[in-house]
Order: sequence, then structure tokens, then C-alpha cells
Amino acid sequence: MKKQYLVSVAAIAMAGALSTAAVAGGPVDEKLVIDGEIEMTTRTAPPEGHPLDELISGWHYRTVETRALETDSFENPGMLGVEDGEQIWNTVEGTEGKSCASCHGDAAESMKDVGAHFPKWDAESGRPINIELQINKCRTERMGAEAYKFDKGGQKPLTAYIKRQSLGTPVSIDLSQGDMQSWWEKGKEMYYTRTGQLNLSCATCHEDHNGQFIRADHLSQGQINGFPTYRLKQGALVSVHNRFRGCIRDTRAEMPAAFSDELMALEVYVTWRGTGLSVETPAVRQ
Amino acid sequence: MTLTRRSMLTLSVGAAIGVAAGMRTGPAAASAEDAMAKVKEFAGGAEPATGTITLDAPEIAENGNTVPISVSVDSPMTDDDYVTSVAIYADGNPSPEVITFNFTPLSGEASATTRMRLAKTQNVIAVAKTSKGGVFMDKKEVKVTIGGCGG
Amino acid sequence: MATVKPRVKVPKSASAGEVITIKTLISHPMESGQRKDKEGNPIPRKIINKFTCEFNGQTVFSCDLDPAVSANPYLEFTAKVNEAGTFKFAWVDDDGSVYTHEQEIALK
Ligand code: HEC
Ligand code: HEC
Repeated sequence: MKKQYLVSVAAIAMAGALSTAAVAGGPVDEKLVIDGEIEMTTRTAPPEGHPLDELISGWHYRTVETRALETDSFENPGMLGVEDGEQIWNTVEGTEGKSCASCHGDAAESMKDVGAHFPKWDAESGRPINIELQINKCRTERMGAEAYKFDKGGQKPLTAYIKRQSLGTPVSIDLSQGDMQSWWEKGKEMYYTRTGQLNLSCATCHEDHNGQFIRADHLSQGQINGFPTYRLKQGALVSVHNRFRGCIRDTRAEMPAAFSDELMALEVYVTWRGTGLSVETPAVRQ
Repeated sequence: MTLTRRSMLTLSVGAAIGVAAGMRTGPAAASAEDAMAKVKEFAGGAEPATGTITLDAPEIAENGNTVPISVSVDSPMTDDDYVTSVAIYADGNPSPEVITFNFTPLSGEASATTRMRLAKTQNVIAVAKTSKGGVFMDKKEVKVTIGGCGG
Repeated sequence: MATVKPRVKVPKSASAGEVITIKTLISHPMESGQRKDKEGNPIPRKIINKFTCEFNGQTVFSCDLDPAVSANPYLEFTAKVNEAGTFKFAWVDDDGSVYTHEQEIALK
């Protein structure tokens, strides 16, 4: 551990960021309890065949102020997006004159724990779909409304609203459905393939170096149990595929399109890497 | 300290990302003098005393876009002795003004919390004025870090 | 979503003379006027520039906001409650819009 710490300090100094060892390495040892009552699983044993010894939510890697924002659902600015989502849930759209609520009723019941088990196999299209694509499916096939474009319209708020109904539920996906297993394999391959001018893979940063610093950023395991997350940087909800694309861009590699086969495979695999962590949506990150 | 292959990798990752992300260059920043000029103007010529007012701000902000700050002033908050206002300034932002809180005896306490933007590492300054003509000031430096992953 | 929606947290009741904490959050980009769009054109300033809180018609707290306040402005402050009544909150936008919210409080 001592060695790692020295290294992180050296890395910071090298990169010309903070020269003082401002924050020590490693995730903090604290408990995430939301509104003083919902105890979250933010550290857990990994599923069989997982490369890490312990799965740790990104929450543990953030500063005390950022962590605090997530513990109170009033102070969490991501909840503004969740409330937008609730409004959209109840709004009639499309040629069928229906809202989400027309068929699904009260989301607190019908969507309870649903978000913790996506992506799911979609037999119709022969590929896994995430919540964003499930929403588009209901819009186009059942409401006579247009599909939301990536990150547009009600996509982020509705996704956040649906996932919020699983707050605290452990993430788990069913890899025995359809061809999920082969998409998992494809995602795993992507995760470990070094790409871009910087020749980095997701694993380089989030598996080999989590707990260390890149400039002043404290590297986490890159878990997605809190998405869409509220990022302080954007001051808005950020979707999983947006985050993936950002991380890929930083290796200076070509970014696959949102919802492409590549990113869906990656989402299946990265979701599995967080098996057992509570859904934190909307998590607050820097 | 011996550098293992793994630690060398960290170094190169750090360095490479440092270059990739580039240094952020924003609009011209207010100088410390601009901020102090604002403080003077707000204080109406009085020399601010220390104490009585406490500004709480993180030592290190993980992201300069949302930095929580709190201010509180010791005061009886009665009709004839209360804090009328507290102004917050930042001496390294494009302009120094951040927010001015206006209190009344009905506020009960002279305390408030908000979230602010900091363009870079700088001082945050809080100045309070009381109904009796008192002026108090507190100041905290907040280090703003630059992340490695744009995301 | 461009809807501007205030959220306010006030206790349902208080004892006479009690000092309560009020939290408010409003969805708003607080466009600072310092940023440029993709074509390099400056994005015009559009912020919430004023907030007020009244209780039974009397001012409790107010503030003047500048572009350095974060998006989705969060404000936390206190109020001394001497009687039952209604809090009125108002946020004033640069474009002249005023967003309001009311909340009642009872005496214990
Ligand atoms: C006309 C009825 C209808 C409307 C309107 C509708 N849905 Fe659905 N929805 C269904 C049916 C039927 C299913 C299950 C079959 C499927 O997956 O398509 C479903 C499935 C879902 C699921 C997956 C549930 C699970 O357990 O896996 C989600 C999430 C969902 N809908 C969200 C929405 C949202 C959000 C809207 C509004 C934008 C919406 N639906 C509008 C009928 C509807
Ligand atoms: C150059 C190092 C680097 C690489 C390579 C990289 N990331 Fe990241 N990633 C970061 C940093 C830095 C952050 C922000 C701090 C953190 O949460 O780890 C981050 C954040 C994330 C987050 C947000 C975590 C949270 O808690 O919200 C996810 C998800 C993520 N990365 C996934 C990936 C995936 C998938 C890949 C591969 C396609 C990848 N990253 C590649 C550096 C990297």
C-alpha cells in the first residue's frame, strides 16, 4: 500500500497537478445510507470468475463533499432529473393517446427493482437492450411516439426515474437469456483490449490502477450501478453510454456510437462486474 | 523507492493524460485586488474585523463547478441587533461576485449554504454587515483539482 | 428538460419561536454568459438573479445571485417561526420569469 501511495503522489507531481499529497489513496471506509434509512451495499464480494477481490462503488472514491450530496435525496441535484422523469411518466404522448402510466400504473410498484436487472435479452431484435432502448420500444411500438435520440428528450430523466425505483436493490443480470453470454464475452474482450493512441484499456485504469490517481482524479472501479449519475462537472445527469464514450475518447480512440453493438456488449459486461452492488441512481460524481 | 513496472505504468498514464486533457484556459480572472475592492465597497469603508463570522468551504474541491459553501455569523438576530447581509466573493473567478445573502430578524440565525463555481484554486471571501455597523470577514483557500478523465 | 421546477423542504410543524432550517433547490442551468457554443459564439447569460422567502407577508430571507452560483441553485437558510402560516418562495430569472412556491407550517 505504501508503495502505491508513493506512486500516486509521483504521478500527480509528474502530471503537474496538485503537488501536495492532498488525498490519500484507496477507497474510504464509510457507509452510504440514504435519507438516514436506506442502507446501500457499496462493497460486496464479487460473483464467481470475477477478477477483483471486492466490488466497490465509485462513491467510496469521492471526496467527503461529493459523497454527502448523495446521502440526502433532497440535496442530491440528480433528483431534479428523477422528478422530471416522473412527470414524463404521466404525460400522454403519441398517436395512441397513452402515457407510460396508462399501461404501467404507479412506477413505485410496476417498476420496483426492474432497473436492477437490465440489460435484458430482447428476443425480437436478437440483442440485449438497456432501459433507454426499452423506453424507446414502448414509445414506438405501444404509444405511437417517436424514439428518443441518444441523451435527448425524456431519455435520461425517464431512465433515472425507472432506476430510482430500484434504489438499494443489488444489481444482477441474467446471462442465461438468449445470447447474453456471447455478448458478455464480447464486452469482456472490449474491456481488456488496449486501444487508442495512448494504448489503454478500461482494465488498465479501472482494474490495475483503481485507488490511484490520474492527475487529481481518484480512479474507481468504473462501476455503473449509479447511472444515470449526476456529474458536478456537467451539472446534469450523465448516461452510461455518454460516460463510456468519454472514457474511450480519453484514450484517443474512435468512439463507438451510443447503443451500438460494441457499447451494448460493454454495458452487459460492466453491469456484471458490479453484480451485488446496490442501485444508487442518481449517484453523484465529480 | 524502487519503481516497479506497474508503477512506471501509472506514471506514464498520469503524464499522458496530463497532456491529453490539456490545460484549461478560461477567461481572464478577477485579481485579488478586484475582490478586495468589492469587499471595501460592500463594507462601506469600514475595516472588516476577523472573528464572529465563519466560512466553511472544502479544502479541496473535486470539481470546481459545484463547490458547497456555508457561512454563519454569531448574532442575537433581534430587531435592534442583527446581521443584515453577507456577501461572498471569489478572488480568482472571471468576476469576484458570487452571492449576497440578506437576513432579517425573522431569519432566526445568520447562516446560509449554497453551491458555487470556482474556475481554479483561489480564495473565497465572506463579509458580514450588521445592523449596528459591524463588519466581519473570513477567508478560505479552496484548491480546485483538474480531473484526468473528461468522461 | 427545460422545465424550471422549484423544490422546497420545510418542516410540517414547529414550536413557537423555533428556528427551522429551509432547503431549496431549483432546476436551472445558471448560464454564466462566459461560455461559448460549438461554433464559438458566446452563449448569453441567463441566471436566477434573485431569491426571496416571505412568511405571512414579511421578508425572512433573500439573496442576490451572480453567475458564480452553480447550476440548479441550492439554498439553505433558517427561519424563526412565531406563528402558523405560509412561506412564499420566489426565484427571479434574468428573462423576467418568476418561479414561485408556497408551503404551510403549523404550530406544535
Ligand atoms: C400500451 C401499453 C404500454 C405503454 C403505453 C408503455 N408500455 Fe412499457 N411495457 C408494456 C408491455 C406490454 C411491456 C412488456 C413487454 C415488453 O417488454 O415490451 C412493457 C415493458 C416495459 C419495461 C420493462 C419491464 C420489465 O419488467 O422488464 C419498461 C422499463 C417499460 N415498459 C417502460 C415504459 C415507459 C418508460 C413507458 C413510457 C414512455 C412505457 N413503458 C409505455 C406496455 C406499455
Ligand atoms: C485513462 C484512464 C481511463 C481509462 C482507460 C478508462 N477510464 Fe473510466 N474513468 C477514468 C477516470 C479518471 C474516471 C473518473 C474517476 C473514477 O470514477 O474512476 C472514470 C470514470 C468512469 C466511470 C464512472 C464511474 C462512476 O462511479 O460513476 C465509468 C463507468 C467508467 N469510467 C468506465 C470506463 C470504461 C468502460 C472504460 C473502457 C472503455 C474506461 N472507463 C476507460 C479513467 C479511465
